[in-house]
Amino acid sequence: MMTPLHIGFIPLVDAAALIVAVDKGFTAAEGLDVNLVREVSWSNVRDKLNIGLLDAAHLLAPVAIASSLGLGHVKVPIAAPFTLGINGNAITVSKALHAAILHQIDGDRFDPMATARALARVVAERAKIGAEPLTFAMTFPFSTHNYQLRFWMAAGGVDPDEDVRLVVLPPPYMVDSLANGHVDAFCVGAPWNSIAVDQGVGHILHFASDILARAAEKVLAVRQNWAEKNPEILASLVRAVARAAEYVEQPQNRAEVARLLAQPERVGVAADLIRRTLDGRLRISPDGTMRESSRYLLIGRGEAARPEPVQAAWLYAQMVRWGQAPLSAEALKTAMAVFRADLYDLSLKRGRATGPVAPEPFGAFAGPDFDPSDVTGYLASFEIGRRAS
Amino acid sequence: MSAESPKIVIVDESPIRAAILEEGLREAGFTGVVHISEMQSLLARIYALDPDVILIDLENPSRDILEQMFQVSRAVRRPVAMFVDQSDAASIQASVDAGVSAYIVDGLKKERVKPILDLCISRFNAFAKLQDELDRTKSALEERKVIDRAKGILMKLKGLNEEEAYVLMRSTAMREKKKMGEIAQSILTASELLK
Repeated sequence: MMTPLHIGFIPLVDAAALIVAVDKGFTAAEGLDVNLVREVSWSNVRDKLNIGLLDAAHLLAPVAIASSLGLGHVKVPIAAPFTLGINGNAITVSKALHAAILHQIDGDRFDPMATARALARVVAERAKIGAEPLTFAMTFPFSTHNYQLRFWMAAGGVDPDEDVRLVVLPPPYMVDSLANGHVDAFCVGAPWNSIAVDQGVGHILHFASDILARAAEKVLAVRQNWAEKNPEILASLVRAVARAAEYVEQPQNRAEVARLLAQPERVGVAADLIRRTLDGRLRISPDGTMRESSRYLLIGRGEAARPEPVQAAWLYAQMVRWGQAPLSAEALKTAMAVFRADLYDLSLKRGRATGPVAPEPFGAFAGPDFDPSDVTGYLASFEIGRRAS
Repeated sequence: MSAESPKIVIVDESPIRAAILEEGLREAGFTGVVHISEMQSLLARIYALDPDVILIDLENPSRDILEQMFQVSRAVRRPVAMFVDQSDAASIQASVDAGVSAYIVDGLKKERVKPILDLCISRFNAFAKLQDELDRTKSALEERKVIDRAKGILMKLKGLNEEEAYVLMRSTAMREKKKMGEIAQSILTASELLK
């Protein structure tokens, strides 16, 4: 008897482990009959998960935390037993903004501190001549994209709430909005950055991994009470997705993974575009300039799939920094408890002895090392922020 | 907020569905209804209109844009999502099934929202039914065309007349417990392959 499951996802490359788990039959092998439901908005995914129309979902890691804390929305405790992707986003800027930044830059154009400072000068110049503030788009208020953009520009002295406009835009609208000048830049996941470059409307300025070497991006999310009621089913699901994550990371399987994701009912874009993201080898300029990074998107590689609570703590700290959440020890504890490394270990039958070594640090290009036991001290080191004190 | 009729904004890219909903709301006495079909600068338009209730279809990616209204630093009036009130599980379920979501400004009484939402759900369902019928009619027409082409192939290859070709397909469909359309499609596929 197969267990039927409804799992929601947004058509993005970092849903790969989930899509491959289903389309390669790994979930079926675990006795799960999964119906993958393609959704058009994170709000839909969150709400359908909350009210039980979905059993599990590909979800923005910060949404899992916000939902568990009841930030701006109904409080539904979420458990994330698996990280579907680490990194994977990029910042793409219009041709005009790219030229302006390169004109102002003092240093290496791949150094985020140099570009952030250059951006501050561009912003100041525009203010001086009375030009409209620059508009940056990201995917959701509670998204890594939002925090990566803010972290980057604030390090260069740009206040994301005062000096520029930061707006939410659904990924499918981003490239057009960049082309017609409604936005000057965006931070989004694959494949949208590559599409902008291919259409000749923008340059990839940074891989998100330039800003933070390691940031939890998407998680496999379930309701906490569902996890408690269905431990066996959840373990089967985690095993199937873990097997898929391993499959995705084998270079010899990438063509097949790209083919599966390219299907219209999955991500639905050309396999070649998907392949670039999986390989971490992207065209960054319309003139064909290529750039490669082994950390562009991590799926299962280097313990990427294990949901480390410290990652949740960092995301919560960003919510506090930008005024989305008040700081409290209790909320921090709740946030960290969303990332269920224990369920991951249990599902994959990994004991303490064989468990992973300490996760790699965040590798942020600016600011002090993050210490979850001193969020106050960490946040105090940043000049720009919206923290309600 | 007007005491008589709350200001309602409908965000929907389908002009027909929006018109059906707008008409229903007006008939029910809700006069302040505005339809936004263009998603460009959506938030700015909504802020300018300052509605009490926002209705948006669930298949609209712009729903995520509305989530910005919850960011306290920016919004003038703070809306709350319909889904916040979990006590009314049945109506949440009904609205998700119908494919619509509502955002309601804080302070608007529940009993004033309920008739709007109920009307919205029933109109969305009516529209879905219409769409469904249209799709069914379209696919029936498509199937007719496929059957006619398959019939032509059988007539040519097996030297049958029209009646015989039809009977052959129908009896095959019955024997294999398949639809006529499926049998016809297999004939077309096979003849394509054997060309």
